[in-house]
Amino acid sequence: MTRMRYAEALNRALHEEMARDERVCVIGEDVGIYGGVFKVTKGLRERFGDLRVRDTPISEQAMTGLAIGAAMVGRRPVLEIMYIDFLTLCLDQLVNQASIVHYIWAGQASLPFVLRTQGGAGAGAAAQHSKSLDALVAHVPGLKVVAPATPADASGLLVAAIRDPNPVVFLEHKLLYNTTGEVPEGDHVVPIGQAHVAREGTDITIVASSKMTLDALAAAETLAAEGIDAEVVDLRTLRPLDRETIARSVRKTNRALVVNEGWTTGGFGAELSAVIMEDAFDWLDGPVRRLGTADRPIPYSLPLEQAAVPDAAAITRAARLTLAG
Amino acid sequence: MRNAPSAEDIARMYRQMLVVRAVEEQLAVLHRQGKTRGPIHTCIGQEAAGIGATAPLEREDVVTSTHRGHAHFVGKGLDLRRVLAEIFGRVTGYCRGRGGHMLVASAADGLLGGNGIVGGGIPIALGQAFGFQLDGSRRVAVAIFGDGAAQEGTCHEAMNVAGLWKLPMVFFCEHNLYGLTVHARYQSSVPDLHVRAAGYGMPGVMVDGNDLLAVHGAMRDALDRARRGDGPTFVEAKTYRMTGFSTSDMGGYQPEEEMREWAARDPIARTRALLATMLDESSLEAVERAAAEEVEAAFAQAMADPFPDAAELDAPEYAVAEARP
Repeated sequence: MTRMRYAEALNRALHEEMARDERVCVIGEDVGIYGGVFKVTKGLRERFGDLRVRDTPISEQAMTGLAIGAAMVGRRPVLEIMYIDFLTLCLDQLVNQASIVHYIWAGQASLPFVLRTQGGAGAGAAAQHSKSLDALVAHVPGLKVVAPATPADASGLLVAAIRDPNPVVFLEHKLLYNTTGEVPEGDHVVPIGQAHVAREGTDITIVASSKMTLDALAAAETLAAEGIDAEVVDLRTLRPLDRETIARSVRKTNRALVVNEGWTTGGFGAELSAVIMEDAFDWLDGPVRRLGTADRPIPYSLPLEQAAVPDAAAITRAARLTLAG
Repeated sequence: MRNAPSAEDIARMYRQMLVVRAVEEQLAVLHRQGKTRGPIHTCIGQEAAGIGATAPLEREDVVTSTHRGHAHFVGKGLDLRRVLAEIFGRVTGYCRGRGGHMLVASAADGLLGGNGIVGGGIPIALGQAFGFQLDGSRRVAVAIFGDGAAQEGTCHEAMNVAGLWKLPMVFFCEHNLYGLTVHARYQSSVPDLHVRAAGYGMPGVMVDGNDLLAVHGAMRDALDRARRGDGPTFVEAKTYRMTGFSTSDMGGYQPEEEMREWAARDPIARTRALLATMLDESSLEAVERAAAEEVEAAFAQAMADPFPDAAELDAPEYAVAEARP
């Protein structure tokens, strides 16, 4: 195990996969000479050259198509889209092109590429650089969507995503890059599609992903001081969703709070809530509660932004309400 | 003419043009009889462009086509029976009936693939060309699109990147004067689209798109240039769509005089006249008979083929292993 930052864990995974498989290439804005705005691609261009590590124009549609086309002819591109907010520019290529190829072409081609991007509020980046659009991509059959919370999962899931024969949307969080954690040595792979119980508990299940997992774990400590023993399920993958781990936890605790940093209405929490109703209704002692970002464009000013987006305190309050319901 | 096609080559392309024309005329009849599903987009009047652009390609070269791709499918060497089976939603179709006429794809033939999103295939061809450049191969990616798609952002983004990186790619624009139901004069800032190539660091060539040899020659030059590593070419083939946008088009916006003018430049009649200087009448008639028989047999077989079982809906969402052309 080595202690490292989330950004370093991603960087290490990219270095290792590019060294292991010469088909892997990295493309995106600022990824080459500058090493990425969050330094995730640091050192790649120097080590692997400017053919395999390409700085691109600010042309998100074309770059998404570029990743699709290159994957179609045997490359394994890792595309960085600097902010998840810019994913809207990529949506035709992702939704109308990438997602349909395997199924509609009846298996004639696979598209092994990764679209890395980062979202989330908390940095004062305002309405066009702070969103969490998980639900938008998790809605689409044919895409895989992962959202690691820890450096170990960031590294292991990125390796799995690069080796996966399908398009994977890899959701990072801008406030996680500087968090630290232990990362296993060697060929560390975290399988896509497996959630895990980040904290065991008996009184309530809190389902979360990405940064919300860390906030849920902090909330669980506060709740523990009040005598509430919360279990935290870290999804790690949003699509395909590990329904089994969620259901197993809720059947044990009989209470469920789902947390997602995206907007509440039509958000990923709604999906989680429906899944729990379908899989564990008879075990519930009260209604599933969901917590998401307020249904407003994310405002800039600090008190407004803090009020809009869930944090540990909001999760703590929501957990208490869930148990009272 | 350098590497001028032989009489045999021209006869083969003439036969392909006849096949496309006969297929589309028959599809129109079947559409009126309610025997097709969804809109069908025909390229009647554009066959020289579609065949001239694809016939010079090698099998390992790849094409992204459009919603109006029948000529590209035939020119790239797809099996007509399987194309028609796809159009009729049969399990013997290239995509087992999952794609339909706009989404025909044949990985084995490098037809990757048809596309129902105007301009959607252009950045994918860009990525294919990027993959070929990384491979150091002599393969070329050809993006075929219309004058309508030339107004999409994807086209401009992809032209910039292809010119910048000198990718082995050809932008082949079938300028048929209409985007949807609207004449190009209401859609384009310039009447001749090839002039835009200069702004993207590549040569732009304009040809009479109803002159098979002119299209073929321009395409050969563009392919040679791409294979030499000199980068992309933009080829604009001036042609005309003798039918509506699709079978659901009510018409009424293409002036009769304009239709008459273009009918006089019919690419099939012109190719026949050219061939008549090389072959005797009985040889020409033999080609025509062979085309008609091929089409008749393909329709009979495709329409007798089985539909997919509804259970096939549950075919896997994801690829489990890499599959590529």
